[in-house]
Amino acid sequence: MKEMYTITAFSENHIGLLNRITIIFTRRHINIESLTVSSSEMKGVHRFTIVIEEEEALVKKVVKQISKLPEVLRAAYYQNDEIVYREIALYKISIESAIEKNLEHLLREYNARMVDIQKDFVIIEKTGHVEDTEKLYDILRHFGILQFVRSGRISISKQKKELSSYLSELPINEYVKA
Amino acid sequence: METTEGTKKKKITGSEAVILSLINEGVDVLFGYPGGAIMPVYDAMHDYYDKLNHILTRHEQGALHAAQGYARVTGKVGVSIVTSGPGATNAVTGIADAMIDSTPLVVISGQVASSLLGTDAFQETDVVGITQPITKWNYQIKNAADIPEAIAKAFYIAKSGRPGPVLLDITKDAQFGEFEYEYKKIDFIRSYRPLPKTDYSQIDEAARLINLAKKPMALIGQGVILGGAEKEALEFLEKADIPFAYTLLGLSAIPTEHRLNIGMLGMHGHYAPNVKTNDADLIIAIGMRFDDRVTGNLDKYAKKAKVIHLDIDPAEVNKNVYADVPVLGNVKDTLPLLTEKISPNNHEEWLQEFRALINVETQKIINKQINPAEEGILMGEVIHKVSEAFGNDAIMVTDVGQHQMMAARYFKFKQSRSVVTSGGLGTMGFGLPAAIGAKMGKPDRPVVLFAGDGGFQMTIQELGTIFQSNIPVKVVLLNNSFLGMVRQWQELFFDKRYAMTELVNPDFQTICKGYHMPSELVDSREKLDAAIKNLVEQDGPYLIEVVVEKEGNVFPMVPAGASVSDIRLE
Repeated sequence: MKEMYTITAFSENHIGLLNRITIIFTRRHINIESLTVSSSEMKGVHRFTIVIEEEEALVKKVVKQISKLPEVLRAAYYQNDEIVYREIALYKISIESAIEKNLEHLLREYNARMVDIQKDFVIIEKTGHVEDTEKLYDILRHFGILQFVRSGRISISKQKKELSSYLSELPINEYVKA
Repeated sequence: METTEGTKKKKITGSEAVILSLINEGVDVLFGYPGGAIMPVYDAMHDYYDKLNHILTRHEQGALHAAQGYARVTGKVGVSIVTSGPGATNAVTGIADAMIDSTPLVVISGQVASSLLGTDAFQETDVVGITQPITKWNYQIKNAADIPEAIAKAFYIAKSGRPGPVLLDITKDAQFGEFEYEYKKIDFIRSYRPLPKTDYSQIDEAARLINLAKKPMALIGQGVILGGAEKEALEFLEKADIPFAYTLLGLSAIPTEHRLNIGMLGMHGHYAPNVKTNDADLIIAIGMRFDDRVTGNLDKYAKKAKVIHLDIDPAEVNKNVYADVPVLGNVKDTLPLLTEKISPNNHEEWLQEFRALINVETQKIINKQINPAEEGILMGEVIHKVSEAFGNDAIMVTDVGQHQMMAARYFKFKQSRSVVTSGGLGTMGFGLPAAIGAKMGKPDRPVVLFAGDGGFQMTIQELGTIFQSNIPVKVVLLNNSFLGMVRQWQELFFDKRYAMTELVNPDFQTICKGYHMPSELVDSREKLDAAIKNLVEQDGPYLIEVVVEKEGNVFPMVPAGASVSDIRLE
């Protein structure tokens, strides 16, 4: 059965590695739902967070292939209930509708905040799951959204020992179901 | 402490650093083709011919396959140098071939100056991008000072763990740049663990299953050869008395004449191991990857057996066939652990079941190939005779197609690293250049190439390399004027509609004459023995062209999509 899986990989910060990792998915015709790459807490180490909807057996194979890359320190995969995960969304709303429709109350209710105010528009930020940012989108749509953007997922595992703590130890290049 | 070439703090160019670094890695033979973007490296090489024997091939694909042949027979890293753009793209087939067959290569490609990168400069191509899916690692060098470390890393990655090809792309300005050279070999990269941890409880479990098994069967893959575990494999098999079969690339890991040998696996392998795969109660896969040509239909593969899978690459475990007991690690390390834990056993009765099937195949197929009743010459008889003429102890190189499967079936081996063939990729044109590389790697052993008339013409220009560098390769050209393997499939599965498989060939004897390649034509059986005698006894290179039956087929055969135990004898 296909389910959502979040794959986390730590790698050296080298040119071309993003492509090396994504071709593992494209070669198997797996669609990447979201992909976030950023520097980790360790200097020179990058963290990949990749979300796919697939069967676990295939996810395992993909994670092994990622782990096998000489420049990948470690890779693992999680189901949604094993991690805390968030996305961030930004909404641009015209200043008129923001004033007109009591935006402040709404933001408090949805745990969102205003991050920038310009002469013509305001920018609202909301973090949460896709459903949360989508819900706010549906409401703000009535205000007239000038622009909308949503990030890929970031996640942290619910285990006491986070995957990244392995990085300070000798990395073992094998697949882990963390 | 070992001395390293040029490790005095003096300024040298990036090009000279490339050459010195190769020498420091123990390279003495390399294969390549010059061109604009790699000229500085060739210029630097010009002063080092006493240490580096560069073989000039006639095409970059030839250079790559030669490096592969060299690597396969020596166990060392094969090295190839090509220029940018078309030089690099011509190398792609060889790199892909080395990737899928786990052959250690370091390929150095020239690149346009770094200031021109991304501008569609003359002979610029994104070779790092192109080769990402088909290299174990690749890297573009834009600064001369990065060359020694990149080369040290390249050799370490190429040869460690599961070996594979590495490509280094060096911009022209990096080749010209000057810096203080120092060379240090690398044996550690923090993100790279070539040897997975062995789980010792799995060794115990594997030993338990082996001791209990009534019908165990071992599958010997190239991992045994790559790990240098021939002795360890033999000790394991003999103690447990387990019949074993080879994969195509596992051939020669153990001498053909061993009493436990039950033949080759796979689509055109032997009858007994294929049929018995679905009878076995335990499969012990040693350094092999359950390729689809070995397993046939996975849903009907080894249905009664538990599977123990020993491999160095964790990604191979459960990739195609579920492993009840995975044993990770180099088989050279894990096999002795297993051998120690198992009890001496005797499986003579089980072995007799294989012998019965071997007899069936011998009568129905092998005898008819070796002693044919018909007038036309058959591939099997030629290969059998050539093998015997070389005392069953030559290095066998093949191209790809019917002759390849025939060679794998009828050639015999006495020592390891005696097979050079394109297994995973099935690259036609592989044979002739690979034979050149094999001979350069093992000049003291006879190297005999079997090629078909189709594949031979894909890299036929390497006859020029053989002449220029006087490389005593023995060639057996099995000419049936067809792309035989495709024709066989057309005959069996496409109603004999021979779409584009008949070849109108040139006069190969005249071509040989042009390339100064001593040769002779065998167009009737009476001429065969004398020609083979010449092939063996001539000092230099020699080619015999044998006109074989036009529409001969390779049997047995596991049809595509069928179970291995549904292997057809005719």
